[in-house]
Amino acid sequence: MSEYMVEVKNLCKYFPAGRKRTLKAVDNVSFYIRPGETLGLVGESGCGKTTCGRTLLKLYDQTSGQILFKGQEISHLRGKQLLSFKKNAQMIFQDPYSALDPRMTIAEIIAEGMGVHMHYSEKEKQEKVNQLLAQVNLTEDYANRFVHELSGGQRQRIGIARALAVNPEFIVCDEPISALDVSIQAQIVNLLINLQRENHLTYLFISHDLSMVRHISDRVGIMYLGSLVELGASQDIFSSALHPYTKALISAIPEADPDSEKSRQRIPLEGEVPSPIDPPSGCKFRPRCAYATDRCAQEPPVLEEAAPGHFVACHYWRDLQH
Amino acid sequence: MQNIPKEKFTIVGIDQGAEVIARPHVSYMKDVWRRFRKNKLAIVALIMLILLSFFVIFGPSISGYAFEEVDPGARNASPSAEHWFGTDSLGRDLFARVWQGGRVSLIIGFLGAIVSAVVGCLYGGISAYFGGRVDTIMMRILEIVISIPYLIIVILFSIVLQSKGLFTLILAMTITGWCGTARLVRGQMLQLKSQEYVLAAQALGVSPLRIIVRHMIPNTLSVIIVNITFAIPNYIFSEAFLSYIGLGVQSPNTSWGALASSAQAQFMFYPFQLFFPAIMIAVTMLAFTMMGDGLRDALDPRLRK
Repeated sequence: MSEYMVEVKNLCKYFPAGRKRTLKAVDNVSFYIRPGETLGLVGESGCGKTTCGRTLLKLYDQTSGQILFKGQEISHLRGKQLLSFKKNAQMIFQDPYSALDPRMTIAEIIAEGMGVHMHYSEKEKQEKVNQLLAQVNLTEDYANRFVHELSGGQRQRIGIARALAVNPEFIVCDEPISALDVSIQAQIVNLLINLQRENHLTYLFISHDLSMVRHISDRVGIMYLGSLVELGASQDIFSSALHPYTKALISAIPEADPDSEKSRQRIPLEGEVPSPIDPPSGCKFRPRCAYATDRCAQEPPVLEEAAPGHFVACHYWRDLQH
Repeated sequence: MQNIPKEKFTIVGIDQGAEVIARPHVSYMKDVWRRFRKNKLAIVALIMLILLSFFVIFGPSISGYAFEEVDPGARNASPSAEHWFGTDSLGRDLFARVWQGGRVSLIIGFLGAIVSAVVGCLYGGISAYFGGRVDTIMMRILEIVISIPYLIIVILFSIVLQSKGLFTLILAMTITGWCGTARLVRGQMLQLKSQEYVLAAQALGVSPLRIIVRHMIPNTLSVIIVNITFAIPNYIFSEAFLSYIGLGVQSPNTSWGALASSAQAQFMFYPFQLFFPAIMIAVTMLAFTMMGDGLRDALDPRLRK
């Protein structure tokens, strides 16, 4: 048994993008997640967060690198071992409108995984479905409904119930709240936190909403164009960010208090995210970074431990500490 | 803002009924029927088809004449109380013959549509699910098949198999007929493959076959059903056309096309002989097309008004 639930070493996932070109969606990413903890993964759209999450669950095959689940490499799992991995690692999807089959009833959707992994009788199945519905704060009336009769928040709760149905230990939450209303977002996040406590779950929480990530995560990783630029405990990242990109992201979080909102100092970022098909040489953040030098164009920075458990990939993080 | 006294607040509690769905539970098929019923044209078409099937099944026995029975005393008779649709040049009762011909035409229509739907679904489904090189090769083969005119295939088949029976005809027509369905199904399934619920099923460890059967096919079913209803009149018309030029069903058996063909020779003198089979072909095609329209609207929840 390994001390980590999930350990990722130098993970790469490339997609072919036309003639002899590759899209480096995930490029040399390493991190670990301890049992019972939540790792938040933050980044702009298209930075490879979702691909990273899907590769972890073997929905995509990795190009290179290692993914260890409870100490076991998952890339050559077959047959029974693969099934047991799929039972233990589940996913909650981003879009509650396309993640549920419109032709199935809610009970059928939730019971789908049980059909694969558990040998329940019809009656046990029904009881378990009702129990799961109660866990996600829905009533039994919903069991025979179809997806189109439900609202976005309710659908997302069905998606959570489906993942929980097979009693997983690890869940990848792929932007579970980004398609929902702000008022519903808090409900879903609090539900996820409660479920984590009750069932001792481990989460990889993918999002672009920093304030939500701060609320739910123990540790946070910041991704930019397929690479991790900073990784550390939640309070370290939010109180003493080291990477210029993280600093810019955090400065963009709006404050609820109007007085401090006025005095908030924003660090504006210049330019657009470059294409992952043709990324800049050296440090990928270089073209948008105010502190970039020639060294940044030549040498790609590697993640180094700046403080215990706090990693950053920048050549000049020491100089940037004010 | 801070100076509101506490006693001005009361706790109203949570309304437990707030999250109950008001709309009664309606199953998918019931919902489809509700939408279908609203389309007057489709209902008229459905009634026409029910009437047609009734006569096609019972018609030949109502008239009291067998369809191949020759009555030399009543050749080319006009419609009368004796022979409701008249008789042909050999004195055979046209009422019995029209419904007998209807049997053949409808059998060809249904069988042809179903065979091409099944073959098309499998071909298109496999092509879309496996994708990549398999998909490319399968689609190129399909394009070659689709480019051969089916008239040539029909003629070749009737020569090679030495028969012009029903079976040869269906075989010859479906051998190219499935291509359109296959393309349609492939397109639909490619679209479904990227849906997150298919991904969710993969994450749960559901097998590929189960994913196709439980998720992909039910979600393409409405398109397939509509495709079948539009394919049926096509097959009926193709058969009519082939029989008309003498490649179809052979005497004494008959079909609407064959009836029209033999009536055409004496159209100048006995126009009613052409009138009845022609009107049957027209009515059937119209009814199927109108019903297909109605079904397409009813089966697709996105078109709900």
